Amino acid sequence: MQKLNILVVDDEPGICSGVSRILSRFSVGFPFMDQNIEYNVLEASTGEDALTMIEKEVPDIVLLDNKLPGIHGIEVLEHINRKNLETVVLMITSYASLELAVKATNKGAHDFIPKPFTPQELKSAIESVTKHIYLKKMTRQMNKAGKEIRFQFLSVLSHELKAPLNAIEGYLKIMQERQVGNNLDDYDKMIERSLHRVKGMRTLIMDLLDLTRIESGKKKRELRKVNLVDIASLSIDTLGPFSIQKDIRIILKADGPVMIEADPEEMEIILNNLISNAVKYNIEGGKVVCVVSELEDSVFLCVEDTGIGISKEEIPHLFEEFVRFKNEKTKNISGSGLGLSIVRKIVDLYNAKIDVQSRPNEGTVFKIHFPKTNSPIN
Amino acid sequence: MKESKRTILLVDDDIDYLFQTRMNIEQFGFHVVTADSQKEAEALIEKMKPDLAILDLMMEKDDSGFVLAFKLKNKYPDVPVIIATAVASETGMSFGLVSEEDRKWIRADLYLEKGVRSDQLNREIVKLLKL
Repeated sequence: MQKLNILVVDDEPGICSGVSRILSRFSVGFPFMDQNIEYNVLEASTGEDALTMIEKEVPDIVLLDNKLPGIHGIEVLEHINRKNLETVVLMITSYASLELAVKATNKGAHDFIPKPFTPQELKSAIESVTKHIYLKKMTRQMNKAGKEIRFQFLSVLSHELKAPLNAIEGYLKIMQERQVGNNLDDYDKMIERSLHRVKGMRTLIMDLLDLTRIESGKKKRELRKVNLVDIASLSIDTLGPFSIQKDIRIILKADGPVMIEADPEEMEIILNNLISNAVKYNIEGGKVVCVVSELEDSVFLCVEDTGIGISKEEIPHLFEEFVRFKNEKTKNISGSGLGLSIVRKIVDLYNAKIDVQSRPNEGTVFKIHFPKTNSPIN
Repeated sequence: MKESKRTILLVDDDIDYLFQTRMNIEQFGFHVVTADSQKEAEALIEKMKPDLAILDLMMEKDDSGFVLAFKLKNKYPDVPVIIATAVASETGMSFGLVSEEDRKWIRADLYLEKGVRSDQLNREIVKLLKL
């Protein structure tokens, strides 16, 4: 249970105890919150007392009467303002004074409660302030989280782009200055490495484009009935040369066409990513099995490999952006670190479920169930 | 230089960076030993004591360079350590070893950005080795 501290500052003991009584049995809940908020009421009969209490612990809300025996409410407000304290002030005014209202608003009071007030008026004022506080907190948290994620993304991205650029530039300089002599053959390896790094950058940029298109939601999605088996076999053909290099057999298992209402390009991205991973992280002479089938209430896609596998600790991070597990087995395999996060985003668009099972040194299985009944979200 | 060649340990998971930097440093007359992972480097320093180490920051883990620097300094407190990384400038993230406090826990003698010119790298190495 969350509790907000309210400080009531009024020289009339009746007001203080009345507010305490009403609010101690009051709680506020909003549909977007998982728990109700309750109140803890503190009392002060003078502005001076109030300042001492605020000094000790800043309350979430201050209910402040202006007419106090010593310093006035407005001076307490000024103090709160000067110190930039994180609290919301509600002024209690016994008579409608426009001048005071303007002054208090200028000094940062959130709202007014006219005196005398009914319990209901007090409750609704507190309810509105609570909402204000809660939303402010939420916004701040979300901004912070959003900024952090974006910052992280950009910093990793710039690293991922800068590393190959440095490498290519380095090789070009060596070649420009003929640093290893005039025998052209001695530069072959450097040219080969440069081309390899260019290819890596191209993959990264293509993946980035896919990712932004999906995330911005601006890309026009073309949903129509497509045969997932066709797309899978196209994908396998595309990856043919790559799999031959590593001597990997790709087997497609399907009993006839399997139709799904989808954007063909998105299905292609999923299949290309899953199958190319299955080849990339496989062993020489390994096998990849791709199954496409129609179940009672879903379309099922499964890609299984006989590769290096993923450890238990790594699986939870598998779909995060720029996550590439670096170890002895993966260090010579290049990738953008975006593929699976793209797959996950597309899978979400279809309300589908993706599931991973893996055993190190035995292989990995990715299974996706596309629900039939739920039409995809646009 | 009368004495025999100084040995520099160079650790980076980017094999191209490793190749090029090794070439540069060798041109300046140093002996270079390379490792392409934190793990390999840890095994190496068990067996040998370099005169200076240049470590990449992000390898298997994001802080591999810091961890390596820490371990290296524990074993050989007198070996100067340079941490090289590409993360800094464009993101505003900076690991410059400015304050005394930074120095204490990062345990590197110098932080260098990747892609510095080879003559500058050489100057820094010479300075740290007090040649």
